Amino acid sequence: MTRRVRIAAGVLFALHAVVLLAGFFAPYDYDEQHRDYPYAPPTRVRMFDPQGRFHLRPFVYGSVQKLPSGEYREDHSRIYPVRFFPDGRLFGVADPGVLFLCGTDGFGRDVFSRVLYGGRISILSGLLATLIALTLGTIAGTLAGFYGGWMDRVLMRTGELFLALPWLYLLLGIRAMLPLHIQPGQAFALVVVVIGTMGWVRPARLIRGMTLTARESAYVLAARGFGASSVYVIRRHILPMTWSVILTQATILIPQFIRAEVTLSFLGLGIAEPMPSWGNMLAEARQYFAIVSHSWMLAPGFALIPLLLGYLVLADSLLAAGASDANQDS
Amino acid sequence: MKYALRRLLHGVVLLVGISMASFVFADLAPGDYFSALEQDGRVSRELIGGLRSEAGLDRPLPVRYAAWLASVVRGNFGYSLAYRTAAGPLIRERIGGTLLLTGTATICAWLLAIPLGIYHARRRGSWQDHALKLAAAILLATPELLLAIVLLVLAVQTGWLPAGGMHSTGWESLSAVERFRDTLRHLVLPVAVLLLGMLPVLQRHVRAAIAETLDAPFVLAARAQGIPQRRLLFRHVLPAAINPLISLFGFSLGSLLSASLLVEVLVGWPGLGPLFLDAVIARDFAIVLGVVLISAATLIVGNLVADLLLYRADPRIRIR
Repeated sequence: MTRRVRIAAGVLFALHAVVLLAGFFAPYDYDEQHRDYPYAPPTRVRMFDPQGRFHLRPFVYGSVQKLPSGEYREDHSRIYPVRFFPDGRLFGVADPGVLFLCGTDGFGRDVFSRVLYGGRISILSGLLATLIALTLGTIAGTLAGFYGGWMDRVLMRTGELFLALPWLYLLLGIRAMLPLHIQPGQAFALVVVVIGTMGWVRPARLIRGMTLTARESAYVLAARGFGASSVYVIRRHILPMTWSVILTQATILIPQFIRAEVTLSFLGLGIAEPMPSWGNMLAEARQYFAIVSHSWMLAPGFALIPLLLGYLVLADSLLAAGASDANQDS
Repeated sequence: MKYALRRLLHGVVLLVGISMASFVFADLAPGDYFSALEQDGRVSRELIGGLRSEAGLDRPLPVRYAAWLASVVRGNFGYSLAYRTAAGPLIRERIGGTLLLTGTATICAWLLAIPLGIYHARRRGSWQDHALKLAAAILLATPELLLAIVLLVLAVQTGWLPAGGMHSTGWESLSAVERFRDTLRHLVLPVAVLLLGMLPVLQRHVRAAIAETLDAPFVLAARAQGIPQRRLLFRHVLPAAINPLISLFGFSLGSLLSASLLVEVLVGWPGLGPLFLDAVIARDFAIVLGVVLISAATLIVGNLVADLLLYRADPRIRIR
């Protein structure tokens, strides 16, 4: 493990932890509206008061919206110290003070909290879709490689159909066939399944290749000679060989699938409001007037960069380490 | 020649397979274009049934598939229920816009990627290498969406570039030169987004291919014979490293129709992307299937071209 990989793994771990435990790290709920603070800019957290005195406990000023311009101004007479661990959350300020680390959206919802909750949806759908894709891929790959014959032909020809379609078109095409307006929970499941079934082919091909070589190897022949059943050989000799490929493929697929979810939701075909996802948050930020003066609405987009970068570094090092030829698609 | 025919046949079979699979899948899907009407209490069931049979949706599946396939062969790609006309002309009209965008971006990307990749491979381990690598990685990790949005904001705020679309209003009244300049100005932003998306991928592959070849013993031998650097790189190393690049080029070619979907939607470019997305939302299956089929065909043709080029470039493949 080089230093770079260790940093990447650390960043990924931290991001996943913060996002998956959004309920603890986020100061507000994702749908908590502060009607008095639409499009409020990020709140500045301060350590020094107007007299220049240092405060050990960080604090924020109250903020007031000036009408009709809609600009916000700090009210230095009101000071709200940042409190740690108030009612089950990491930090917050006492009412009526507000703490918006990344500003608010048009409904006065805290963007920072929504990025965390939205990330939970986006990352979770990436992880679950990868699980589906790799499970399907492993099953199809081992079956095709181990049994060969018609099973191999049918599975691999079907796979070719999937590969012959550009991924975004495949994704939207499949999505087009499914109901448009559904419950948020169902929408999440649907997005995960659609994305997951889309990506089974590449891992299946790689695992098929590995199974083919393993099937001909001497130790499999020996095991067969001792009367081992097919199931035993697959479980004991073939599946353990595929771990490195599965791991590498996971680091490639997860970021790809997170992007897929973001794209779907951005286009209004995935997770819908009020449930946040990085995709539908960006769709909101896309409105021209919103981004020109409220650039903090782009936070979910910037949150994606370290995440994708982390996976990229990890995948690169795994590819380099795991004898890159095993992972080259035929 | 035989090889080419075999590959071509394979592509056609694949395409027929895709057309069947997507048609059946579209049929299995719950709801159709008229489903939205069922929500409306004022429209009677009989009327919807009548509309369906008028559109021929009540015929059995094989009959509909055959009719659709015949229509595809004639170039009509079925009947778009949303636009009340054949889908083919609608799609064809948009292909030009998409090709203009992706073609420009692809050409620029390759022209930049090859020198950059070679430069990069030659300086392995230097600080330039690390800097380029980092830049490529960050670009790779930046979602196209974010890039497009940020560039759009910059364009609008500085006023240097138009904020979207393909033409300014009043485009028809301009002279030919002004039309060209106007379209060019509109092209810059979407092409930049696409380019920044394609470049790191291509650059990484070029670098990997060249770097691998630079380590080969024949390069050392050539260098020992005093062959000048430039000649060595372009006459000896590049041809030897070309195989993976040809495959990649085939993929570039194949994704000409599909690479820009998101960018088109974002900047309102009149290409296939917005047409397709609207059709998806309106459940207008003729257009969805038509666009899917055409983009799949392009991808298959791209792969085919790559295979044939490889066949010409590399004698080792011909033996198989």
